[in-house]
Amino acid sequence: MLEWWDGFWAIYSTVIFSIGINAMLALSIYLTLSCGLLSLANAAFMGIGAYAASMISMQTALPFPVALLAAAVLPALVAMIIGIPTLRLSGVYLAMATLGFGEVVRVVVLNLDITGGPMGLNGIPLKTEWWHIVLLLGVTLYALARLRRSKIGRAFEAIKQDETAARLMGVNVSAYKLLAFVLGAVIAGVAGGLNAHYTFTIGPGNYAFENAVDILTMAVFGGTSNLIGPVIGSTTLTLLPELMRYLKDFRLAANGLILILVVLYLPKGIWDPQRIRAFWQRRALQKAMKRNTASNTGKAG
Amino acid sequence: MLEQQLINALSLGSVYALFALGFTLVFGVLGVINLSHGAIFMLGSYVALLLVNKFAMSLWIAMLLAMLVTGLIGLVVDFLVLRPLRKRNAPHLIPMIATIGVAIMLTNIAQGVFGAENKRFPFGTIPEDSFTVGNLHLTAVQLAIVLISFVLMIILLVVMRRTQLGRALRAIAESPKAAYLLGINVEGLFFLTSFAAAALGGAAGVLVGLSFNAISPFMGQPMLHKGIAVIILGGMGDIRGAMIGGLFLGFAEVMSVAYLSSDFRDAVAFGLLFLILLVRPSGMFGKVLERKA
Repeated sequence: MLEWWDGFWAIYSTVIFSIGINAMLALSIYLTLSCGLLSLANAAFMGIGAYAASMISMQTALPFPVALLAAAVLPALVAMIIGIPTLRLSGVYLAMATLGFGEVVRVVVLNLDITGGPMGLNGIPLKTEWWHIVLLLGVTLYALARLRRSKIGRAFEAIKQDETAARLMGVNVSAYKLLAFVLGAVIAGVAGGLNAHYTFTIGPGNYAFENAVDILTMAVFGGTSNLIGPVIGSTTLTLLPELMRYLKDFRLAANGLILILVVLYLPKGIWDPQRIRAFWQRRALQKAMKRNTASNTGKAG
Repeated sequence: MLEQQLINALSLGSVYALFALGFTLVFGVLGVINLSHGAIFMLGSYVALLLVNKFAMSLWIAMLLAMLVTGLIGLVVDFLVLRPLRKRNAPHLIPMIATIGVAIMLTNIAQGVFGAENKRFPFGTIPEDSFTVGNLHLTAVQLAIVLISFVLMIILLVVMRRTQLGRALRAIAESPKAAYLLGINVEGLFFLTSFAAAALGGAAGVLVGLSFNAISPFMGQPMLHKGIAVIILGGMGDIRGAMIGGLFLGFAEVMSVAYLSSDFRDAVAFGLLFLILLVRPSGMFGKVLERKA
């Protein structure tokens, strides 16, 4: 039994680690979406966090928590600086601006010497343990759950529903938007820091357009009306390529198809509490009706 | 030297412009950021390659057919994916994500069918002629790229500005509902737009395949990024803007490679894009429009 587990862990530990990291990333974009912001900068913030933490681990003797702290603080600072002008944009313009920012980050990382240029950083110490990920994911989930029920969470909700109305109600819209943006950057940055410390190597290509899109996809796939959706979405989409190995070359095509089907037929993601509740209610109703008809016919007979 | 760079910039810029035209057309009329445009662009060059290889067609006929095929692909994507979402009135983000799925699928299928490696047009199919005027050097391919791009752009511009069809399309861009009430066949024009945009993307694909003579399943993605930069530079949904933005981007890239360093070629596009968004979110040439929710 133990041997089996060792073998399993040796093969699949990276997949399991990725599930946790991707869940954090999906939650980071859930946070900005919950404030009505379609920001695609999270991959870039993940990259900033990953590079900051890796450079600390590789070039200094500081402990891992300090590196992770840097992975939270640096993206937060950058988010604050670019957030102030960028968050005036709305809808697709914001999406494009943040995508543009992501590309700028990629190109800068690609051309700097301290970040290792196109080769990236190699030989990052393997410091991430499974419980680091579980702990930080748990903390993120707990904090976000508390946030949802707090004044801040309600302000986010109000802004998402109607920005103008929220402003008229006295909600400081730009401050809350910036807060959501910065907090999202913090979560993504920490996820990046954790990720870099088990992949051994990182490069500028790891945090590009495709990754930004992947993160968004995981959140939307799972559903962004609550916290469970992004977690389920990231888990499913991380496991999916593993489960579909038999499709070989066309694995990604199946991924794309599933994405299209979910968007078309499950507009609120696969985890949609309303739909699930409605489903069970319908079933209970059907059962009750069946029992009724059964007892009625019984009486008649 | 500068003149030579200008010619290179013109040829690169017209491809960018041509690609961005389809992209901006879909955004303007359908209100969708179609992220599968890059994959359709890639398929365009594969279709042309296939026709030239298998049926020994002349390059220009192959290009026309490639436009037709990519146009049909665009039509199918619209019919199967975008139309159901339109019917449901899904918010912007949703069709965009659906087109990501389409892009992943098409790219992966191309990779599975044609292989991941670079393909080339067979030797002798691409005209090797070149013209030298003074100390300027212009290859036939470059000339063809500039001519074809400009002809297609002018046709599109004339259609949009001067014909009843163009008026109808602009009405839809303004408000699909009002256009419908005026008796415009909105759904039909959506299909037509998707067809035309994909055909333009396919044409750009063939031209890029010719000028670099390297066709790969992954050539769509970088082009898509450039397309995004161009339509933001030019103002989203703005056809003239996409043309000028494309030429401008080509110019900026060639000049930065020639006079700065090739490392910053991509940084130029996106640095520019980022600046424009901060200063003028509606694009360099776009009119300021504030759309509420």
